[in-house]
Amino acid sequence: MSVDWSPLWLSLRVAAISTLLALLVGLWCAYWLANRDFRGKEFLDSLVTLPLVLPPTVLGYYLLIVLGRESGIGRIYEAVTGGPLVFTWQAAVVAAFVHSAPLLIKSSRAALESVDSTYEWAGRNLGATEWRVFWRITLPLAQRPIAAAAALAFARAMGDFGVTIMIAGNIPGRTQTVATAIYDAVESGQGELARMLVLVVSVTAILILTLANRLNHKAA
Amino acid sequence: MIQAEVHKSFRAREESAPFALNVELEAGEGITVLFGPSGAGKTLTMDLIAGFLSPDTGRIVLDGEVLFDSGRRINLPARARRTGYVFQSYALFPHMTLRQNLQFAAEQRPGGPRIDEILERFRLSGVAGRRPVQLSGGQKQRGSIARALVGQPRLLLLDEPARGLDAPLRQELYSVLAELRTPVLLVTHDLDECYALGERMVVMREGRAVQSGTPEEVADAPVNADVARLLGNYNVLPAGAGRWKCIQHRHVRARARDGELRAEEMPARVQRVYHRQRGLLVEFSGGVLAEMAECDEPVGEWVLEFPPENLQILS
Repeated sequence: MSVDWSPLWLSLRVAAISTLLALLVGLWCAYWLANRDFRGKEFLDSLVTLPLVLPPTVLGYYLLIVLGRESGIGRIYEAVTGGPLVFTWQAAVVAAFVHSAPLLIKSSRAALESVDSTYEWAGRNLGATEWRVFWRITLPLAQRPIAAAAALAFARAMGDFGVTIMIAGNIPGRTQTVATAIYDAVESGQGELARMLVLVVSVTAILILTLANRLNHKAA
Repeated sequence: MIQAEVHKSFRAREESAPFALNVELEAGEGITVLFGPSGAGKTLTMDLIAGFLSPDTGRIVLDGEVLFDSGRRINLPARARRTGYVFQSYALFPHMTLRQNLQFAAEQRPGGPRIDEILERFRLSGVAGRRPVQLSGGQKQRGSIARALVGQPRLLLLDEPARGLDAPLRQELYSVLAELRTPVLLVTHDLDECYALGERMVVMREGRAVQSGTPEEVADAPVNADVARLLGNYNVLPAGAGRWKCIQHRHVRARARDGELRAEEMPARVQRVYHRQRGLLVEFSGGVLAEMAECDEPVGEWVLEFPPENLQILS
C-alpha cells in the first residue's frame, strides 16, 4: 500500500509556522500579562484562555465570521493576495495558532513570572532598558520552560482537528492535515492508512512531550 | 550627596500589617549606615532611592539632580538614576560568567573603569570565567560590588552586604568598602558593622529616621529609650512617669558584695555570665547587664552602681 504522506508534511509545516507565530505574539502577550498592571488585564487573560475551554467548532465558527470572505479582514486579505483566506493551508495555520497559542501564553506567563525579579531590577539598576532586560536577562532565565511550552504548542497545533476542518476544510493535497486525513481514512474504510497515521502522530506526540518534560525538568 | 524625603504607605493585607514610611535623610561622602531592626523600612528606603518603587510623596535629589519629586511629577526610571545597588542576594546574573556580568554593566554605561582592571582590583581575575554558582560567597560579594562600580554609580546602595559572611570575609568586605571613593549608603542591623564602617549613621525605627550622627555620637547619646534599646549596648530601666534610666553596659560598675550598701548602690545577683572576646558580659537580677574585665567567674551577691555622669534619663 502506498501511503500519501502529504497530510503529515502539511501538519508539520502548519504546526511549525503556527508555533513560530505563537512564540512571537504569545511571548509579547505573556510579557504584558506577567509584568504590567493595566485595566482589563484579567479580561485579556480570560480572552486568551478561552480557546482552551471552548469547543473547537465554536472557535472555528468565530474564525469563519472574522476571516470569512464577507468579513472585513477576509476582504482585505483577498484584496492583497488575490484569493480568500478560508479553505487554504494558511487558514489551517490560523486554526492551529488559535488552538495552540493559549497554551504557550499561559505557560510562558508562568515561566516569565517565575524569574526572580531581583535580576531584572539589577539589570535596570545597571542602566538597561526594559527591552534589553527582557532579551538579556528575563528570556534567557526563562528559556527552558518557554521552549517546553513551545514544544507543547507544536504538539497541540499538530493535533488540531475541529478548528481546522471549520475554516480550512479537508481538501486532499491542499488543506488536509494528518488529523483530518485520519478522519477521512476511517470514514472511507482505509483502516491500514488510519492505523499508520495514528501511529506516526502518537510517536511524534510522545517524543515532543518527552522533550518538553526534559526541558521543564532542567529548568526546575 | 543624596537628599531624600520620602513617604510611602502600605495598606494592611491578609498577612501583613499596615506600614508607613516617612523618612528624611541626607548622606554625603563616605559610608552612611542605615541602622535599625528588621521591618524598620531600611531596604524600602533604598528601593525608593534606586527607583524600584515610587514614593507616594516626597523628593529625592542626587548630586543636584532631581530623581523624584511628587510636586513636579518627576520620577526618573531606575535605569536613569545611576545608583549602584548591591543586593543582599548579590543578584549576579546566573546565566552569565562573572566577566559577562561586568560586561553587561559596561555595555549600558560605556566609559567606566576597564573590566580587567576592576577584576584585578577586586582580586577576581582568576575566577572571571566562572558562573555565579561556581563562586564563593566572598567572590560573589566582591563581584557584585565590582559590577555596580563598572556602571559608574554616583551612589552605592548596599543592602546588608555582610549578611551570611564569616568573620574573615566580613573583614575583607570592610577593607574593600573602605577603599571606595563613591559615596555609600549601607543597610545593616548589626551595630558592630556600624562602628566598623559608618562615618555617619541614621537610626530607623518603624518607618522613621529617628536619629542621625556619627556612630559614636549616637551610641553616646541616644535620643530616646527606643534608640538605646536598638543599640543593644544599653541597660534601659524604668525610671517612672514614662521615663527610662539608660546606661551603657560598659559604664555599670559592679563589685562583689562585702558589707553595707552605699546610697547610690543597688544589690544584684549574678544570673548568667557570657564570655566574650575581651572580658565578660554579666547579667544580673533585674535584667541589668554589665561589662567586666576577665576575672574569676562572678557568682552570688554583687553590688551595682550607675555613675551619674553616664546615666541618661530618656523618654
